[in-house]
Amino acid sequence: MSNPADVVHAQHVAHEAHHEELGFWRKYVFSTDHKVIGIQYSITGLLFLLFGFSLMMLMRWQLAYPGVPLPLIGGLFGDARMPGGTMLPEFYNELGAMHGTIMVFLGVVPLAVGGFGNFVLPLQIGAPDMAFPKINMLSYWSLFLGGMTMLGSFFVPGGAAQSGWTSYAPLSVIAGTGQTWWLIGMIFLITSSLLGALNFLTTTIQLRAKGLTFMRFPFFVWAQFVTSFLLLLAFPPLEAAGVMQLMDRVAGTSFFMPSGLIVSGQVLANAGGGNAVLWQHLFWFLAHPEVYVLILPAMGIVAEIIANNTRKPLWGYRAMVYSLVFLGFMSFIVWAHHMFMTGMGTAMAAFFQTTTMIISIPSVVILTSLLLSLWGGSIRFNTPMLFATAFLPMFGIGGLTGLPLGLNISDIPLHDTYYVIAHFHYVVAPGTIFALMAGIYYWYPKATGRKMNETLGKIHFAGSLVFMNVVFMPMFIVGLAGVSRRLFDAGSGYDFAQPTMHWNVVSSWGAWLMGVFQIPFIFNFFWSIRNGEKVGDNPWEATTIEWAAPSPPPHGNFAVAPQAYRGPYEYSVPGAAKDFTPQHEAS
Amino acid sequence: MDIPYTVEVRRDTGLNNGKIGIWLFLASEVMLFGALFASYILIRTGSPSWPRGDTLLDVPLATFNTIVLITSSVTMVMAWASLMRRKFGTFRIYMGATILLGFVFLIVKYFEYSHHFAIGEGPSHNNFLAIYFTLTGLHMLHVFGGMVVNAYFWGPGAKLYQTNPVWFTNRVEHSGLFWHFVDLVWIFLFPTLYLL
Repeated sequence: MSNPADVVHAQHVAHEAHHEELGFWRKYVFSTDHKVIGIQYSITGLLFLLFGFSLMMLMRWQLAYPGVPLPLIGGLFGDARMPGGTMLPEFYNELGAMHGTIMVFLGVVPLAVGGFGNFVLPLQIGAPDMAFPKINMLSYWSLFLGGMTMLGSFFVPGGAAQSGWTSYAPLSVIAGTGQTWWLIGMIFLITSSLLGALNFLTTTIQLRAKGLTFMRFPFFVWAQFVTSFLLLLAFPPLEAAGVMQLMDRVAGTSFFMPSGLIVSGQVLANAGGGNAVLWQHLFWFLAHPEVYVLILPAMGIVAEIIANNTRKPLWGYRAMVYSLVFLGFMSFIVWAHHMFMTGMGTAMAAFFQTTTMIISIPSVVILTSLLLSLWGGSIRFNTPMLFATAFLPMFGIGGLTGLPLGLNISDIPLHDTYYVIAHFHYVVAPGTIFALMAGIYYWYPKATGRKMNETLGKIHFAGSLVFMNVVFMPMFIVGLAGVSRRLFDAGSGYDFAQPTMHWNVVSSWGAWLMGVFQIPFIFNFFWSIRNGEKVGDNPWEATTIEWAAPSPPPHGNFAVAPQAYRGPYEYSVPGAAKDFTPQHEAS
Repeated sequence: MDIPYTVEVRRDTGLNNGKIGIWLFLASEVMLFGALFASYILIRTGSPSWPRGDTLLDVPLATFNTIVLITSSVTMVMAWASLMRRKFGTFRIYMGATILLGFVFLIVKYFEYSHHFAIGEGPSHNNFLAIYFTLTGLHMLHVFGGMVVNAYFWGPGAKLYQTNPVWFTNRVEHSGLFWHFVDLVWIFLFPTLYLL
């Protein structure tokens, strides 16, 4: 026992020994362990992604075959929504608004930030848990309540919110009860994000291992760190806006209601004097940083996997970190590029299009660095790496097609067309969601001690990659033809939309077949818990600290508090005995 | 398993976890109220006419409330200072005074609100009253939240003092930071709504 590490270890074991065993509820449901909460977030996020995707698969029927009754399951939705199996426009709007809301706030963010952030971040910085475990639990349950409120809103009279995920006023103010539920649900979700964000920030600053300076952080930790700042500072304005819209709806105020608004031929009784564009400003002040909340954790995941599977350090780590911080800062001053059509005036438009062009520079720096990191590596093409490499061109397409939307002049014809849909789905769907899939395959062994099946993983990857493009590539064509994204019949009543109608059929079949290719993933996910290949603590031979913990890590994570001796990606160091030198190994 | 730096400070940051947590929380609160103040400016500058606050609101009552809140901030500091000197009895007195002053504030606010409703000037009357009710309502929720936390430290939460007085003092300091923030918001609200 002369070795100090052994003493610490013995004390730790003694300490663990008189821990009483927690009951089922405290251990798996109302847990304060960051790993359990991370898994809760991930599973909730995945279920909502599947649900949001199902809403979209319904919408795709209506878009491919407008007015044709939905076969087999069309009768299940009742006469109020789909009489005789044919979708009503109101139901289509419900599906559209809730698809967006669910995918962004209940699917991707909980999985990317709540799930991966909670599970991986404390492990990567060598912490025993999050800084505030109870607040962490509260944050998950707040999300859960928000999610249930959103789901419940489908069953209120008039159905769920129908004013788009952006809930533009004054339409959202005069909409049915579902919108009130939407606002209350959002307040829960915002609270959840705020609590999560301040927890991540405190954890990263305070609980990082000895020797783990900021410039030794894995890129994923940096990504989560900047993301948390965005959530912390950008979400409250939406909360304020949500409260004001709630006041407009419930207390009859007129924050977003102009004077003399005429609805269905009647002047509304509101006092008026409000400003509908104010809602847009407050909404996009959140929602633009939110775009980076969606993409930054994805970049973090991809960076980890690329460094690991090319067996070489990330190219330009410092430039990537500086770009990330700059990106986070700039994301607060680009929001009005979503609002070029509000008649904001050329001076304002010039300012926001300039900042938008500037923000593309750090994004390109990060993407280019990741691309150059592949150069000269002896790449292992396992499932996580396949998803991570596919992320690069897919996110590239999404990013580059965004440039015409960021310029005032070219935005005018493209605004609110399918082009916009194609653009941001390339960023978020084959971009972020591919990265999240990569992350699931990559960290699954850490969470369970077993690898997911590679063959099923490769089938999942190939199908997803092909059909993602079949879904979204035609939308560029439809959008360039000028078809609006809001039409419930894909524009079948308009002459100019006729030449592109058949592309909707292609997109729809792409979506359904992509759904089919998620089945191997779902099966693999559950099957591998018991039957996956058993692996050790560090199956990918990675360098970052999370792999020093046992798989799965026990409560408290590390037997001995780890220490960082070097940077995060010391792969293939010349002269070293093996091709990876972990951060936590003393030289 | 214990989380490091809940009580002691981390050497390189010079802070404990709770201190960072509460300041980050306050940063987000600044953004929340900041957005509402910004909306106030936008709606006001966009209106052809805007009532002066003192024509619709009761300035003397609000002045009284301002004094009440500032005093409560002083008693809050005294409560924390008593704990620093390990005088638990004095802490109880000052903390109790802080909570009571919070109650006084809410009672005065209740009279102001019920007066408005009695003469039919609710939030839907005009946009001035809309922003008045939204801002002061949200502020009142914060006052109430602060009182709940303070009451917890006055009552059941004070048990921690017996086992870990340093930790307890830190907690009171953090809830004090929140209380001062709530006070500060009112310092901005009062001239903006009542005097301008």
